[in-house]
Amino acid sequence: MSWLMNLVVILSVTALVAWAFRFAGQKLTHNKPFFRDMPFAVAFGYVAGLLVLIAAVSYYFRPVAVNGVPSAGVIFFRWAVQGFIGFAIAAYLFRLFGRSVGTAGTRKLFRAMPLTAAFGVLIILLYALVSIFAGSIAPYGQEEILANANIVPGGNPLMGGDPNFPLGTDQIGRDIYSRLIYGAQNTVGIAFATTCLAFFVGGSLGFLAAIVGGWLDQILSRAVDVLMAIPALIFALLLMTIASVWSNQLGIDRTIFMILIIAMIDSTRVYRLARAVGQNIVVMDYIEAAKLRGEGMGYLIFKEILPNATAPLLAEFGLRFCFVFLTIASLSFLGVGIQPPLADWGTMVKDLSQFINFAAFAPNVATAPLLAAGAIALLTVAVNFVVDWMLHKSSGLKD
Amino acid sequence: MTQQLLKIRGLKIEGKSDEVWTPIVNGIDLDLQKGEVLGLIGESGAGKSTVGLAAMGFTRDGCRISGGTVDFDGVDLVAASAAVKRNMLGKRIAYVAQSAAASFNPAHRLIDQHTEAPTQHKIRAKAESALDGMELYRRLRLPDPDNIGFRYPHQVSGGQLQRAMTAMAMSCRPDLIVFDEPTTALDVTTQIEVLAAIRDIVEQFDTAAIYITHDLAVVAQMADRIKVLLRGDEVEEAETRAMLAAPREDYTKSLWAVRSFQRPAKPAISAGSTPIVSLKNVSAAYGKSPVLFDVAFDIHAGRTVAVVGESGSGKSTTARCITGLLPPSEGYIEFNGEALPLDYRKRSKDQLRQVQMIYQMADTALNPRSSIGDIIGRPVQFYSGLTGSAKRKRVEELLAQIELEPGQYIDRLPSELSGGQKQRIGIARALAAEPQFVICDEVTSALDQLVAEGILKLLAQLQDDLGLSYMFITHDLATVRAISDEVVVMKDGKVVEQGPKAEMFQPPHHPYTDLLLSSVPEMDPDWLTNLLNGRGVDNIGDAAVGKM
Repeated sequence: MSWLMNLVVILSVTALVAWAFRFAGQKLTHNKPFFRDMPFAVAFGYVAGLLVLIAAVSYYFRPVAVNGVPSAGVIFFRWAVQGFIGFAIAAYLFRLFGRSVGTAGTRKLFRAMPLTAAFGVLIILLYALVSIFAGSIAPYGQEEILANANIVPGGNPLMGGDPNFPLGTDQIGRDIYSRLIYGAQNTVGIAFATTCLAFFVGGSLGFLAAIVGGWLDQILSRAVDVLMAIPALIFALLLMTIASVWSNQLGIDRTIFMILIIAMIDSTRVYRLARAVGQNIVVMDYIEAAKLRGEGMGYLIFKEILPNATAPLLAEFGLRFCFVFLTIASLSFLGVGIQPPLADWGTMVKDLSQFINFAAFAPNVATAPLLAAGAIALLTVAVNFVVDWMLHKSSGLKD
Repeated sequence: MTQQLLKIRGLKIEGKSDEVWTPIVNGIDLDLQKGEVLGLIGESGAGKSTVGLAAMGFTRDGCRISGGTVDFDGVDLVAASAAVKRNMLGKRIAYVAQSAAASFNPAHRLIDQHTEAPTQHKIRAKAESALDGMELYRRLRLPDPDNIGFRYPHQVSGGQLQRAMTAMAMSCRPDLIVFDEPTTALDVTTQIEVLAAIRDIVEQFDTAAIYITHDLAVVAQMADRIKVLLRGDEVEEAETRAMLAAPREDYTKSLWAVRSFQRPAKPAISAGSTPIVSLKNVSAAYGKSPVLFDVAFDIHAGRTVAVVGESGSGKSTTARCITGLLPPSEGYIEFNGEALPLDYRKRSKDQLRQVQMIYQMADTALNPRSSIGDIIGRPVQFYSGLTGSAKRKRVEELLAQIELEPGQYIDRLPSELSGGQKQRIGIARALAAEPQFVICDEVTSALDQLVAEGILKLLAQLQDDLGLSYMFITHDLATVRAISDEVVVMKDGKVVEQGPKAEMFQPPHHPYTDLLLSSVPEMDPDWLTNLLNGRGVDNIGDAAVGKM
């Protein structure tokens, strides 16, 4: 139980230091409101944050190799920190670039952009470029099986890596770096198309239900209830099984069916949101004015309601995009999604997942499955940064 | 011997907009003796609410006190710690907000919310403070004071809720209460009850009060002294009677003069002319509950008919029947002698064009995501088919007509306009259809008096230029006096009385019209006292009911 003792000691020392910090602050600044009204929990947070920072910095400056044996933990931690700082600087420069180049409109856009949003936009652009030019960026093909299987990421021969394969190779000897790049093309492209389709269908029907109300609303809503009552993944599996038969008969790519099926299932969630948001908007006087003018349904939905519903729909878009992503990964995992040998991040995580077991004694080996997972996570974070910013902008919120 | 309670010196407050701190209040001084009532008046944006909150050492989110002191009974609330303020607020200083409905927690009973502050400050035990609450309800003349506290906020009326909130503020017997427009959202007849209740209880407990309002007539009844604010600066301060009798500054005089606008009377309607709009015994219901009963009146070309009544009297429902949003269950509506289809969906484009509406809340009446050019341009394009530069030219004409500079406003969004400007855009949108008949639904009630007067003058001007007919829905009799030719008084979905304006403002009245007229506050500081004496103070709550 020594770790428990350590934890208790660390926490109590932090608490003591926090109390002293606040006390000293109050005395030294002669009771400035900042220290005077500071709750103890906030002081504790400051001190704990400082401790974590010190620990991180000291870990960062530990030697890379002890007695000629490289310590993978320190190396990867340095890469992570360098990557983080590098991206932050890149985002800053990107924003600076946007502020000085382009039309007056885009310059204004960039001036009001927080750094997180610049980071998000940059990452999304990067992903887009990578997926468009995957064929010319990737050093190897996504299906190409190379001589050596299971090469460890890192590219350092002392740690079992190979400089030719900086991110290593998978269990049958395909280059992970190349597969990640092709995975962007497959996974991101399909997820984006699916989410857009889900939003178009769910959004239009939801707004329609909100405006018309009555029996149309009842029919649509109850139909959606029925669809939502079936567990999404099992439903998708069922439909994919049927679709696989059809795709063979009709000669249509199974991926198309997957897009349609996931879009349909996810559009039910979008429908619920669009209907709820729409119902709040249709009671506004400007909708009444438009109705009394004799406007048609299309004008009401796309010109009057949609611009006012963008904020919540955008927020949902960010979230939904990530869910679609995960659904595709799950389906691929279960063998009905994107078919091997096409590279897909979800499948890659699954294929390499047994390496997680090595985490305790060889952390660099365990990073292999995390690469694809990290690619998913990075995009998810980037999308949500951008969505948060748009949300902030369109809702006119002030901080 | 009076005793200084509140002393504000050089108070400066800044607000954050677009990441920049801009001054809202520039150095206000304010003194308040124990038991004294100070009225703060000014237009919206004058900083009166901000000053009122600062008197409690508090600012809204995004604001900060950047200078000056707020000395409350020897304690500087600007410098005081959160703990000191917590001990002070609710116990020695209390606040009554404008919208009681939005300020009560809808999930708790009134009495439970009432007992919260005294228990928190350890002044009284919960049971004791509940008894005290009933006593306060009795003094505020709430009906059934022993049981009303066990209701939820939605189970009592707006005026009763406002009084319950005043009782809540009184629960710790504070030295100072800040009233922030407590009667603005109420009907005139309800307003009187609340005003009388507040005035009495403030006198009984010798509480000092800051009374914030934009209504001069109200402040004249309540305050011992009046302070006029304009854009964060003090204009002048004087004893109530002195200020009413002889305002010093031009701005104060202009506030006084607002109520004097009155358009000249028009000649009587020639007999036998067809009215533009004629309601033929219209009845209507929401679902199964009937709301309108046999409503019938005519609106003639080029004239203004004011429809007056309290909230819930069916004024707006009548408008919904005319526009066709709520098809009448019985009766019909004639337009230029022809019956209109009851449902708006069945009306032709031209029939729709002829009847336009201007709404009370310009905020919800204009699509916040459309530019001004689009908002006005859409009906132009929709009805006349103009596009491109011809449409733009017409929009510019319309903007000029409502006295806004076209080049400056055409590309803006509604959020970039002031309240009065937004209402003007609402008018332009109605005009863009080139209608004969316009329904104005409480168009000035959300605006400051000076701005409202501008809107009324504009509407009168447009009527003269374009020969429009108006149906003017309002609860404000000053507006009726200013603009109407004929008056229709409604109550509980029925027309109580109707006739030319001159007749309506002369006795004899229908008793309800009488009640409405006598409830409109006047500038005379003795008006409330005299009125209450006339009606009998003890049963003022029932007076309104008994007289009908």
